[in-house]
Amino acid sequence: MTQALFDKIWSDHVIRDLGGGWALLHIDRHLLHDLSGPPALMDVKRRGLKVRNPELVFATPDHAVSSAPGRTGETYPTGAKLWTGLKALSTEAGIRLFDLGEDGQGIVHVMGPELGLVLPGVTLICGDSHTCTNGALGALAFGVGSSESCHALATQTLRQRKPKRMRIRLDGRLGNGVTAKDLILHLIGRLGAAAGVEHAIEYAGSTIRGMTVEQRLTICNLSVEMGAKSGIVAPDDVTFSYLEGKAFAPEGEAFDRAVARWRALTTDDDAEFDRDEAVDVSDVAPTITWGTSPQHAIAIDEAIPDPACETDAAARDNIQAALDYMDLQPGRPIAGTKIDRVFIGSCTNSRLSDLRDAAKIARNRRVADHVTAWVVPGSLRVKVAAEAEGLDRVFRDAGFQWREPGCSMCVGANGELVPPGARCVSTTNRNFVGRQGPGARTHLASPAMAVAAAVAGAISDVRQLR
Amino acid sequence: MMPFTIVFGRAAPLMKTNIDTDVIVRIERLTAGTRDKLGRYALEALRYRADGTENPDFMLNQPKYHKAPILIAGRNFGCGSSREGAVWALMAIGLRCVIAESFGDIFYGNCFQNGLLPIRLSEAVIHDLFEETLASEGMFTVDLARCILTTPTGRRIAFAVDPLRRESLLAGLDDVGLTLKCVDEIESWQATDRLARPWIWTAGAKPLH
Repeated sequence: MTQALFDKIWSDHVIRDLGGGWALLHIDRHLLHDLSGPPALMDVKRRGLKVRNPELVFATPDHAVSSAPGRTGETYPTGAKLWTGLKALSTEAGIRLFDLGEDGQGIVHVMGPELGLVLPGVTLICGDSHTCTNGALGALAFGVGSSESCHALATQTLRQRKPKRMRIRLDGRLGNGVTAKDLILHLIGRLGAAAGVEHAIEYAGSTIRGMTVEQRLTICNLSVEMGAKSGIVAPDDVTFSYLEGKAFAPEGEAFDRAVARWRALTTDDDAEFDRDEAVDVSDVAPTITWGTSPQHAIAIDEAIPDPACETDAAARDNIQAALDYMDLQPGRPIAGTKIDRVFIGSCTNSRLSDLRDAAKIARNRRVADHVTAWVVPGSLRVKVAAEAEGLDRVFRDAGFQWREPGCSMCVGANGELVPPGARCVSTTNRNFVGRQGPGARTHLASPAMAVAAAVAGAISDVRQLR
Repeated sequence: MMPFTIVFGRAAPLMKTNIDTDVIVRIERLTAGTRDKLGRYALEALRYRADGTENPDFMLNQPKYHKAPILIAGRNFGCGSSREGAVWALMAIGLRCVIAESFGDIFYGNCFQNGLLPIRLSEAVIHDLFEETLASEGMFTVDLARCILTTPTGRRIAFAVDPLRRESLLAGLDDVGLTLKCVDEIESWQATDRLARPWIWTAGAKPLH
């Protein structure tokens, strides 16, 4: 029988077939952060249960901790309870914790891959919707709520219904100034925020094969913004060389054995998908969102949509509501829209390659006087590596703040918010109403486009700066 | 989990598409608050004006829909973040059932973990329900045992719920309890896997380098 990669990993992990498309699946990796970890661990305790396999669970604080230079777990007082809770409950359960200031700490979807905790063919969950990021290494990775997290802590399994399969084939070369972030925003704009609902996506094609692991992580990160349960890229030599030497990846003879196994993790030639899309990427432009859903994505040289052009009344109302919230005029070019803030960070775009891309544009330039611009590295390792290359100096010299690793202003769970009515170009994944703070107006873009906006003080085309 | 059998009451309309879980409940409310206080923060960006007063234009603020147990929503309801607090917040304002063309996957799963019934119906059927709830002062009935939704005018609309999920919801079954009965199978799967993929099991004990 021919199988898609997704089916192979799925069937490798079925402990019991529960009938009707349901299975009891083994979970190989469970990551916990300070927001969803403590409630799930408390739930286990409250039920009088134990964490079944603490050796498969890893924890780090990222959401509700300050990113201010010199921060501690108590700098953001509201989050301090979550931080101490994660520490105490993880320690009690025997779960390995990468605490603030310790090697390994970072945004959970940045530190997981960089430490080699995420490996091809594993099932991986976290109480966080962007867990789909980790599919870039060929893992079956998806976000869960706290009830399912508790279930997995107590049993190291989940009861899951098999989703439908969707494939997106990407072929062609990305143009100058066009990044993985532009591509995935373009795809969501084209296919819609609900295109992947009830599906597990596999990204395939020559464009994906030509990408680094970090670029693939950015692509997979936004799978959930297309509504998908997970996003996956079949592991290949790029993946294996990325993993070789990573702290928690197998070593020596075990690595060779693992690679031999991982090479079988491919989609069979004639495997069938419930939905199959093919996209030529060569005409994708630098892309930015104008509205309040990631599907509100347009090329930087396009105009803001006009609701009057919509025939469907509900769609028209939705566009108008988004324009009102974003305080934008239909029909005007998006480029030139004045901004107040720039945020470079998040599990989408805070890895070393993202910071290098951003620094390349920031070098010898200045952030516009009226703009407050932040760079928040994704992990302590990213921060240390960036500093070793002098990237922090580039950013500081340009007028950016260089901060401590965490989720920060992507979601504002640590109180770091975009003020009401302020407009922010952000390298994150969600431009929802109020996402970066009540009344905050978010435009999603790539790190290079974010720097271009910071420098110009307005949304602008990075290709004009190169 | 709270069992779900029959729910009777008004159906409030919220026809925007892509209502995300950040809009359902802001993350700061979850960082700071406790679960039983979430009701006042449910859908706050829509329910309240900037000065904190109720927005009279918002449908759920109309007296007719006060404490309505059913929500008729636009496509892709509950997309975005995995926060289970979104389900808790909706239940805290009295909701027991959400009807939409589609749902965010994680939200959909979280609903069943807490006794909130999500029903998927076609766009056309939802449009008719929307019209009917606007026109009527009457009550809707959601009967999970028979999988029938009855409207104020007596129209009976069949809906489908995955049989395993339906059974759990009707009985208020606890998934963890059910799975713990399979502990021998888990044990034996893990024993085999430790030999096949030792690197999965030993990683956590390694020093960081």
